[in-house]
Amino acid sequence: MEGFTALYIFMLAAFTGYEVISRVPVILHTPLMSGSNFVHGVVLIGAMYALGKADPDEPLQLLLGFVAVFLGAANAAGGYVVTERMLAMFKSGNRKEGGEK
Amino acid sequence: MSSNWFVSATYFIVATIFILGLKAMSSPVTARKGVIWAGFAMVAATVITFFIPGLQNVGLMVLAIVLGGGVAWYSGKIVKMTDMPQMVAIYNGMGGGAAAAIAAVELIRGVQHDAMTATLLVLGAVIGSVAFSGSCVAFAKLQGIMKKAVRLPGQNNVNFFLTLFTIGIGLTIGYADNPGGFEIFLFFVLALALGVVLVMPIGGADMPVVISLLNAFTGLAVGFKGFVLGNPALIVAGIVVGASGMLLTQLMAKAMNRPIKNIIFAPITGAAAESGGEVTGSIRDLSALDAASLMRYGQKVIIVPGYGMAVAGAQHKVWEMAQLLEEGGVEVVFAIHPVAGRMPGHMNVLLAEAGVPYEKIFDLEEINADFAQADVALVIGANDVVNPVARTDKSSPIYGMPILNADLAQNVIVVKRGKGAGYSGIENALFYKDNCRMLYGSAQQAVAEVITHVKALEV
Repeated sequence: MEGFTALYIFMLAAFTGYEVISRVPVILHTPLMSGSNFVHGVVLIGAMYALGKADPDEPLQLLLGFVAVFLGAANAAGGYVVTERMLAMFKSGNRKEGGEK
Repeated sequence: MSSNWFVSATYFIVATIFILGLKAMSSPVTARKGVIWAGFAMVAATVITFFIPGLQNVGLMVLAIVLGGGVAWYSGKIVKMTDMPQMVAIYNGMGGGAAAAIAAVELIRGVQHDAMTATLLVLGAVIGSVAFSGSCVAFAKLQGIMKKAVRLPGQNNVNFFLTLFTIGIGLTIGYADNPGGFEIFLFFVLALALGVVLVMPIGGADMPVVISLLNAFTGLAVGFKGFVLGNPALIVAGIVVGASGMLLTQLMAKAMNRPIKNIIFAPITGAAAESGGEVTGSIRDLSALDAASLMRYGQKVIIVPGYGMAVAGAQHKVWEMAQLLEEGGVEVVFAIHPVAGRMPGHMNVLLAEAGVPYEKIFDLEEINADFAQADVALVIGANDVVNPVARTDKSSPIYGMPILNADLAQNVIVVKRGKGAGYSGIENALFYKDNCRMLYGSAQQAVAEVITHVKALEV
């Protein structure tokens, strides 16, 4: 990719990330950290690409590519499950009637 | 060519949904929807990647996805809510590891890159490796496998030179026409060692900030990999996470009044703690019955939960007790320190799990003025976050950290397992105050006893 185009993307993405999170209430900090952890699980795509371009006759390349895909998939799947479980607890903003016994 | 266009279009939509998903996650009402959207986007991105022309080793790819995804899915499902922080740490480490492994494949394949690409490739590899090994150490610490904070002699110099040396070797490899296998190997060993050395000396109290920082690191590494692989979706997702992670880290560090550079370069260790001021006075305890009556006949009770409550899994009992007291006309609220527990918001999650409504949970700034009007501050398994030396003792390593002013309440009851110091190893002056009494026992059992007595008082 053209170097400067990428730099512009870097810059805009950085501001986006900063803006998106700046309005998050403290109560959601942990789920959000977990959620952003899930989002960078998209590294899986890069890992698949790397493994897909690895030379099938080179065991070391295959092994490393395999490890990359394995770890990327774990990041994505684990990150999703954990985030979803945490957020499931925030189901409704008004749980008053459920809480009272 | 047309299939390539389709792949690119999908990636574009995926990146957009990720950003919208993260935004949705910023409000309790839409948070769950946000992560579900992002989940669909992730699946779409993964499936469409198989359609990139010329990909080999597809069988191996599927196997790795099924294995890695399966193991993580399962472990994520069974993990206890209290162990969430270390799970986030380990999944984050895996992402960093993936980024590092991608870099390794690229380096070994010896693809020619221009200077900027090579630099980002190497930086991504270093950052990814640091995130991987650092997260493993963080996991080990939170899981209790590794208890001690180990500090090397001349730690800061070691960090500095190791970083320089690692990046130096990395750039040599990155710019080389055909880098040797040994150099590449050495480079990754050094980069991994750097992560271990960086996180090793950091005590558990600072762990939330570290996890958040490592999370941001992984994001950056992923973004850099996106540049190397020419994939804008990776760049956008990675950098957005990197930037938001940096901001989150700053917010957390600010809440602790510990600048990030202090956390990394001057961690609170046992040695530092010893230099803290002497505390005089004596510690007195009280019975569960006394605790119950103090609260039952009070007007306002503020509960300060900490890691001890999480470890004992006592949040349900605590909420049961709070409800009982409320039925008796006592006002009960929860006060949460920004870094209570092992992650910011950790306590909020646990209390939400137990069914405590948002309206009863307050931040440090919202509640601190109220302690003076409270009859009882009930501190459950929290320590450093209520230590008044942070306000008074300039020689203390936690001096200046904002704390919950539990000591200003009329009575302070501290539920605590034993007489040990807090995670930072600093003696707590609160326990020696005249208005403070200790209720010894695990949070679960102590609160259960209080509940029994509160019930008895109703009759």
